[in-house]
Amino acid sequence: MRVVLAEDLYLLRDGLTHLLQAHGFEVVAAVESGPELVAALVGHRPDVAIVDVRLPPTFTDEGLQAALQARARIPGLPILVLSQHVEQLYARELLADGTGAVGYLLKDRVFNAAQFVDAVRRVAAGGTAMDPEVIAKLLASNARSEPLGRLTPREREVLELMAEGRSNAAIGARLHLSESAVGKHTANIFAKLGLAPSDDDNRRVLAVLAHLNGTRP
Amino acid sequence: MSPRARALALLLMKPAELLVGLLSVPLIMLHFTLGMVFLLGPVTRVHRGVTARMRELSERWCGVPIAPPYLPEPPPPVRQPDGWYRKDRSLYRTPFWPRWQARLEWRMSDAGTWRDLVWFLVDPVVGGILALAAVVGGRRVLRWHGLWWRSLLGPTRGQAMRARLRRLAGARAQATDQQAAELRRIERDLHDGAQARLVSMGMTLGAAEDLIDRDPAAAKALLARSRESSAKALAELRDLVRGIHPPVLAERGLADALRALALDSPLDVEVTAELDRRLEASVESAAYFAIAEALTNAARHGGAARAWVDLRLARDSLRIVVTDDGDGGADPARGSGLRGVEKRLAAFDGVLVVNSPEGGPTMLSMDLPTSRPGPERDEIRLTTREKVAIAAGWSLGWLPLFPQGLVPLILKLSGSEDEMGWALAFHTPEPFRSAIIVLMIALGLGLYGMAVSAPILAKRRKLYGGAEG
Repeated sequence: MRVVLAEDLYLLRDGLTHLLQAHGFEVVAAVESGPELVAALVGHRPDVAIVDVRLPPTFTDEGLQAALQARARIPGLPILVLSQHVEQLYARELLADGTGAVGYLLKDRVFNAAQFVDAVRRVAAGGTAMDPEVIAKLLASNARSEPLGRLTPREREVLELMAEGRSNAAIGARLHLSESAVGKHTANIFAKLGLAPSDDDNRRVLAVLAHLNGTRP
Repeated sequence: MSPRARALALLLMKPAELLVGLLSVPLIMLHFTLGMVFLLGPVTRVHRGVTARMRELSERWCGVPIAPPYLPEPPPPVRQPDGWYRKDRSLYRTPFWPRWQARLEWRMSDAGTWRDLVWFLVDPVVGGILALAAVVGGRRVLRWHGLWWRSLLGPTRGQAMRARLRRLAGARAQATDQQAAELRRIERDLHDGAQARLVSMGMTLGAAEDLIDRDPAAAKALLARSRESSAKALAELRDLVRGIHPPVLAERGLADALRALALDSPLDVEVTAELDRRLEASVESAAYFAIAEALTNAARHGGAARAWVDLRLARDSLRIVVTDDGDGGADPARGSGLRGVEKRLAAFDGVLVVNSPEGGPTMLSMDLPTSRPGPERDEIRLTTREKVAIAAGWSLGWLPLFPQGLVPLILKLSGSEDEMGWALAFHTPEPFRSAIIVLMIALGLGLYGMAVSAPILAKRRKLYGGAEG
């Protein structure tokens, strides 16, 4: 699997490159600034891009802008955004085109190599990987929404993991439930939120995220 | 009350003013001649009491708000370590005399004291005439009356400037104190948080290094623990950074930072921002934290569910209005939250106006000056008509004024008018001749006047924001 990496700190860039190579990825370009990133994305057409939000030369949200720009040119280009902080605002922008294949994670998540690599694979396959902190914030700002209040605690747990972008199998493994039990919970959640059920994992996640984002215009 | 009735009421007050003024003069004379220094205090207190009411009346009746011009009261005397109170080179056992003396000096040295006295003596005449005129002239003359009062009861330009300096110096001192406290907090957070975690991580890693050959399982557990600890350190640092300078503010600017803040707020917040330029980082940050504090306040004490944040950039200030649908009754004098907002703004010479009736809604208006001016502040744009007026005035004004106006006038007065073949006036018979000369002079002056006044008018329009075009 071919990866383009954009990170301006040498130590992190090097560490990520080693980590990815150790897990069988091929890092085709490791760049350190926004303009280089756009060129690399358009030139290499990687299977997935891993991008730091804040990049030179402006040290603002250069990386995010470059990623959004590249996705406008190559629709559905899988991009995993890494940042020192997560914002609902940025998550919305990444999810705005509704095609999926995006990830938005705190840099800390790199510590757990297995989970991080799993997230990269998920995004490359067209899924989503949202940081638990983003989801927590999303749920917190939906705290007063009525349908969410009707969920049981278990259903809420399932919803959180689902919103992060995990499959039924992964949710089951995390909560020590059978896959069919998870399936039942998700069916209940969809019914309570008034969403059309879907078997497709990716579309399901996008529907949930759109619902959470949508209740607050 | 109608403007005329107000004017009449003002007119009726004048004799009382004169009486106070005439009584004050001998009392103040006694102060200076016989050293009856205890008289000045009560006299100025009466003066200030009366003029304070007059300033209110000026705003209510004449539509001219007047700010009090006085110096701030002297601070109370400070007790020395030896228990005495010092005033210049004397020591006192109690604070009474040093305080009394300081207040006397304060009254004597304040120009406002003497301008008040002048007002009591002069206003019965000048103000009387204006009030009488206002009984006939109505609202407009009443305004002149207010302006006359302001010239004596309001601060002079110098006084206003000094008052502003005092306010800014106070705000600056407060801001530096606040900043120092903030730095201390950050130091403490780093010391107790991230630094401590890094130390413990180092120790755990060292232990893991020792154990790794003998007991790999235990070493693994230690490594997992140090990883956890590094994640916690990162989370703490993240919170700390958010408190110092929110990342979105650095990355996107004020409007988006507020949108991000709105999304994270427990309230349902709507942000409207009309900002066509990035502001100074310090102003952005002050505005951000002031708004954040206002929203926290609304959620915590105001019982609000929705809030609206409205940002507008005027020529040289940022206007912020935060409204919420809470219970109201917010008061900066009581709530520490609003005091905090006020202090943050004061450091930048900004102001907070609170409008919060019991039962809501609460509306906070903040005004923050921005020192970086807007793009076209100094540039005065002239309309085509003004440009034509200026060009025509300067290029053509001389023609009627000199060869057709002033020169024929001089020649006519000196009696040698027949030599002037070029002047239009001399080709006409006498009753028209003088009229044409006067007309020519008027035309020339008019053209020059037009050329001079056009840029002045344009500048005024720019400054006071009249209709463009």
